[in-house]
Amino acid sequence: MKRRAIRDELLIFERNPDRVRRQGFKLPPLDVPAVEPGSVLPKAALRDEIGDYPDLSEMEVVQHFHRLSQLNYAVDEGLYPLGSCTMKYNPRINEETARLIGLAAAHPLQPVDQVQGALRLIWELEQALMGITGMAGVTLQPAAGAHGELAGILMIRKALEARGDARHEVLVPDSAHGTNPATATFAGYNAIEVASGPDGTVDMVALDQLMTDRVAGIMLTVPNTLGVFEHRIVEISKLVHDRGGLIYMDGANLNAFAGRALPGLMGADAMHINLHKTFSTPHGGGGPGAGPVVVSEALVPHLPVPRVVKDGESFFLVEDDAASIGAMRGFYGNFLILVRALTYIWSLGADGLREMSDVAVLYANLIRRRLAGTYNLPYDSPTLHEVVFDDTRQTAYDVHNTDIAKRLLDYGFHPPTMSFPLIVHGALMIEPAESVSPDEIDIFCDAMLAIAKEAEENPELVRSAPHDTPVSRVDEVRAARKLKVRWTPGSDE
Amino acid sequence: MHPWIGAGDEDRRRILTELGLSSIDELFSSIPAEVCVERVALDDGRDETAVRNELISMAHANLSPECVPSFLGAGVYRHVQPSVVDAVLSRAEFFTSYTPYQPEISQGTLQVIFEFQTLMCQLTGMDVANASLYDGATGLVEAVLFAHRLKRGKLDRVVLAETVHPMYRRVLSTYADPAGLEVVVVPPGDDGRISADAVRDAAGDNRSCCVAIQSPNFLGIVEDLPSVADAAHEAGALAVQVIAEAVSLGLLAGGGAHDFDVVCGEAQSFGLAPGFGGPHLGFFTCREKNIRQLPGRLAGETLDDNRQRAFCLTLSTREQHIRRAKATSNICTNQGLMALAATIWLEAIGGHGLRDVATASLSRTEELKRRIAELGGGWKLAYPSSPTFNEFLLTGPGTGDELARRLAEEGVLAGVSAHRWGGSWPEGLLVAVTERNTAAEMEAFLDALGRVS
Repeated sequence: MKRRAIRDELLIFERNPDRVRRQGFKLPPLDVPAVEPGSVLPKAALRDEIGDYPDLSEMEVVQHFHRLSQLNYAVDEGLYPLGSCTMKYNPRINEETARLIGLAAAHPLQPVDQVQGALRLIWELEQALMGITGMAGVTLQPAAGAHGELAGILMIRKALEARGDARHEVLVPDSAHGTNPATATFAGYNAIEVASGPDGTVDMVALDQLMTDRVAGIMLTVPNTLGVFEHRIVEISKLVHDRGGLIYMDGANLNAFAGRALPGLMGADAMHINLHKTFSTPHGGGGPGAGPVVVSEALVPHLPVPRVVKDGESFFLVEDDAASIGAMRGFYGNFLILVRALTYIWSLGADGLREMSDVAVLYANLIRRRLAGTYNLPYDSPTLHEVVFDDTRQTAYDVHNTDIAKRLLDYGFHPPTMSFPLIVHGALMIEPAESVSPDEIDIFCDAMLAIAKEAEENPELVRSAPHDTPVSRVDEVRAARKLKVRWTPGSDE
Repeated sequence: MHPWIGAGDEDRRRILTELGLSSIDELFSSIPAEVCVERVALDDGRDETAVRNELISMAHANLSPECVPSFLGAGVYRHVQPSVVDAVLSRAEFFTSYTPYQPEISQGTLQVIFEFQTLMCQLTGMDVANASLYDGATGLVEAVLFAHRLKRGKLDRVVLAETVHPMYRRVLSTYADPAGLEVVVVPPGDDGRISADAVRDAAGDNRSCCVAIQSPNFLGIVEDLPSVADAAHEAGALAVQVIAEAVSLGLLAGGGAHDFDVVCGEAQSFGLAPGFGGPHLGFFTCREKNIRQLPGRLAGETLDDNRQRAFCLTLSTREQHIRRAKATSNICTNQGLMALAATIWLEAIGGHGLRDVATASLSRTEELKRRIAELGGGWKLAYPSSPTFNEFLLTGPGTGDELARRLAEEGVLAGVSAHRWGGSWPEGLLVAVTERNTAAEMEAFLDALGRVS
């Protein structure tokens, strides 16, 4: 990423230091008598003048954000091979449909006869997600993957309570994403780690020992964060079900098999789907996403409320249901994200989804083939949508995965995921997704190979990277030690 | 082939050859055949024109509040929308980027979060704000769990004003049960406000981890925050202010000025479309001394290797990707782009502008209340002497649902039934009036009331 800021972009609070009043937006004229706030509101409740931030003209505001945008890497710039994040292309028609005024301006508390289109859209996406996963029910309410995990685990909890069989533990493989154990705790369970076997999948002996009558279920990522399919998934489901537990599937990696395989046939009882991964809604610099949860017959009664129900040609809302876990958030979900996902799913269809997974897996295998001679492959199990290398061969030159990542920035790529799986030390988890061209994959592999060569011949060049980014390596330790998490007047001297 | 799939048929064959394979199916041999299907239960894909038309027809099946006078609020408000908000939001550098875990190529997003955190602190009067939560309802949940952690998990009671948005209360009850929390609800008095005495009685002595109150409350009424904070603190509990209408902060001091420990809620009013309920923007602010229990992401200022100012995510040892089962929250993906929207909106509107927006909302609300009080015909303000910001409870000839339906037939979206989720207050309509509601719309509203009596 060669771009640099031409000049430092000041914080908005550092602009217009004399706080001259300029106008950024013109309000509609006040065509009723102006009220003096102190005459109708208690004086003690009123605030002081908001003096801390400036009033700027419209162009100043636009320039500020334009310049800031220039400091970001983005999917539209190049390959974004973050493992388990599925950074695919965000189709522009999605942005158009989510801005249709009939959808964007709809108020969630309008009478249902005025919002039949919005309710139908929710219902259509529900049908599509059930069709893609072969599951019996779905909620679109959760706002993100972790939120979906929590909804799923709470449904499992409710189902067990309804059976009079409250349990206290949830099993989580050691390869899992950090949200899995955090979710289990949030739902009131103890998270128990299950070791992986030598091929990176769940160790059946360990599972057999841990799966007691204290265990509510297991949270399984399929394929797991190594990009390896739990090939004994049917046996695992049977073992867990036979002992009264339920199967939670983390659908973060659905891009590997959507269109080909059904969680419904794998024995899943609940699975969240990250619409911002598999179904192309933008990551937005950290959100918003959406984390619908599909469920088996056993959990259908416990789905969150409100639910959209179809009756003949009309739709209505069910607000209360004693068997439900309740509401996970306000209203019906991140609706405008749902609009984008439905646009994507209808555009690809059953045939396109299968091609999507085909090419995602093809690319990951191409990268594996190109790089396996140069980077260490800790698990040589078959690769699906992502491949995990480690830095074992580079640490001989005192070059670590974070150095390789920072050097990739100089080559114009976002780095792979490094923070997990925890079972791989010095991980480089690469997920290309299907939307880039094969040429982009080639250029990326060339960059990875060039960096490996640099690590041998000029390791300092790699260790001191990045060299061509808007700022050089950022001191994250200092940020945590000398906490400064807001601007205050006079603090920038 | 498909426009969103990068490899054409020939590309795929070439790659297969390079991999020494004869068919793509071989790549999927690790998936057991018994879980595979030939095709999933979904129609085949359609072209862009067909999909667009289908979506347009669903959009047209909704009655848009942009096309008729609308006084709907109850947690989702229609404010002025500078076109720069969506223009900036549409920049791919912002909307197609990931969470800024690589600060060297994410300074744009990180500086925006830092500015958002600063703005939320300035408006609420608090020390620290996080980078966002899902929405107002989950903001309340995180505040309660935050208080529970700060009290070392020993005080399991939560005192909750009934006039906190009923939807937020409902979401809290979903989370309270697995967390082992007992929620005690305090109803409002005859003036629609929560009394400090009632809070004291409900909280007990060192039994409650927090007292949560919304102001302006669900009925639009401004609460007496200082007395509630005192009552909470006397009982050994944290004081939490929930805000559902963030524009109120243009005129009303946030809980920071009244000794609150947390101010959290919903910032949809800062430039976000109603969007049939989402995505909206949860926010969370607290005191600096409690920062290590803060849920969610946080951006901080630091230096790069050249000693230049730079920003990065910080205190991540609180978060799930480091702390796993012991994290302060399981939140990962948040509402980042919505925090960007709010930041653009606030910066375009400006500090004085925000005050003007709030004052215009207040002025229009007071004018409509004055006219209704003169109207008669069974229409009454439920709490005529209580101070409101831009929303009030209107009672009339029928239940809230009936009134909403009959007034909609008269061509006005007059309000939300105040009993949609139950409540100890009178039946009626919650009427929200913002700077967007012109004098002509108010006349239409009053005419409609006149026809429904």
